[in-house]
Amino acid sequence: MGRHDIVAEIPRLRRYARALTGDAVRADDLVQDTLERALGKWSLWRPGNLRAWLFSIMHNLFVNQARSPRVVDYPGDEALPELPTRGNQGDALELRDFARSLARLSEEQREVLLLVGLEDLSYEDAAKVLTVPIGTVMSRLSRGRERLRALLAGNEPAEMHLKAVK
Amino acid sequence: MNTNTRSIGEQELHAFADGRLDATRRAAVEAWLAEHPDMRQTVAEWRIQGEQLHHAFDPVLDEAVPARLTKAAKPASRLPTLRMAAAIAWLAVGGLIGYQLRGAPPQGPQPTSSLARQAALAHAVFSPEVRHPVEVGAAEETHLVAWLSKRLGAELKPPRLSGQGFELVGGRLLPGEAGPVAQFMYQDARGQRLTLYVQRDAQENGETAFRYARENGIGVFYWLDGRFGYALSGEMEKPDLLRIATAVYQQLNP
Repeated sequence: MGRHDIVAEIPRLRRYARALTGDAVRADDLVQDTLERALGKWSLWRPGNLRAWLFSIMHNLFVNQARSPRVVDYPGDEALPELPTRGNQGDALELRDFARSLARLSEEQREVLLLVGLEDLSYEDAAKVLTVPIGTVMSRLSRGRERLRALLAGNEPAEMHLKAVK
Repeated sequence: MNTNTRSIGEQELHAFADGRLDATRRAAVEAWLAEHPDMRQTVAEWRIQGEQLHHAFDPVLDEAVPARLTKAAKPASRLPTLRMAAAIAWLAVGGLIGYQLRGAPPQGPQPTSSLARQAALAHAVFSPEVRHPVEVGAAEETHLVAWLSKRLGAELKPPRLSGQGFELVGGRLLPGEAGPVAQFMYQDARGQRLTLYVQRDAQENGETAFRYARENGIGVFYWLDGRFGYALSGEMEKPDLLRIATAVYQQLNP
């Protein structure tokens, strides 16, 4: 596996970034930063899960950006998250609802849901990417899924009281 | 969540929904869910969430990747080895310049005029800098030399131009069209600055004589040597700049 394999990961990085930020331009900016950082840190990479390594770089950049007040936040309730265009728009409304609900999750919950549900990372790899214990991954997964379920069902409880799995 | 969840374990339910259980545990969870329709419904909704994620965002995979991202993933412009290749040129430049200065008229390929433009641009950008004209200052010349020498695996010494009234200010690395570029900056007693720009030119492999260009009031002597391009820029008259270019050569070829 070499540097050229990074190119092959770009589509998946873009998909993840799009789902994470809800904004096409910001997503590609994040991907570009990730690629540049990855090449700069290439000597630190050890043979293993290249994809997980790239996601961990993106996570760090995303977290740092999220802390920066200059960065536009995830689109709020009024803004419609950008979705990739597709041939069949028949289910567009349903997808909009879904993306909007996803956007209302906390960033921590959204990251876990995407790493596991969209990128199919193992719980262990997701924990490494996010540099949190695996119990935290499971806890965020549980809370994120329940909240998303409630949002999609039109029920937005003030606060979830799920048992944390730690 | 249902307290009975504990009997099977909530983590295991998620692992079940994510298809990550072995056959034995999967069968156990399925049996348990058969008796807990509420949780069965919940788990089904978790799975639908995953399908919707793919439904919503998989089309990104089919989009054309923007050129800026493909470019960003290519290591050519970022590898330390290439970064240092520019500096390696320092060791080879002298012989060529000497050859040129002795009057032999080589007829190599035309140097890319973009070299002169880029060098003049870099000169225009950094030479007015008061606080941060260079990345590594001449006060840290040992570090500057070690930094570059380490990368190229050979000792490197920036030429001294004290005889021409110019002292080394320091050096920096810049992004060039074909990769990293080294820029060395010098300054005289009046504060006038000149810069020496060294780039790796992937497309050219010829040798040329000194060529001269003026870009927005900045004079540039530039030449190619093998895969490397050089440009000496300063806001000064052509004969003065040539005099210093000659001195650069003499410094490198005692």
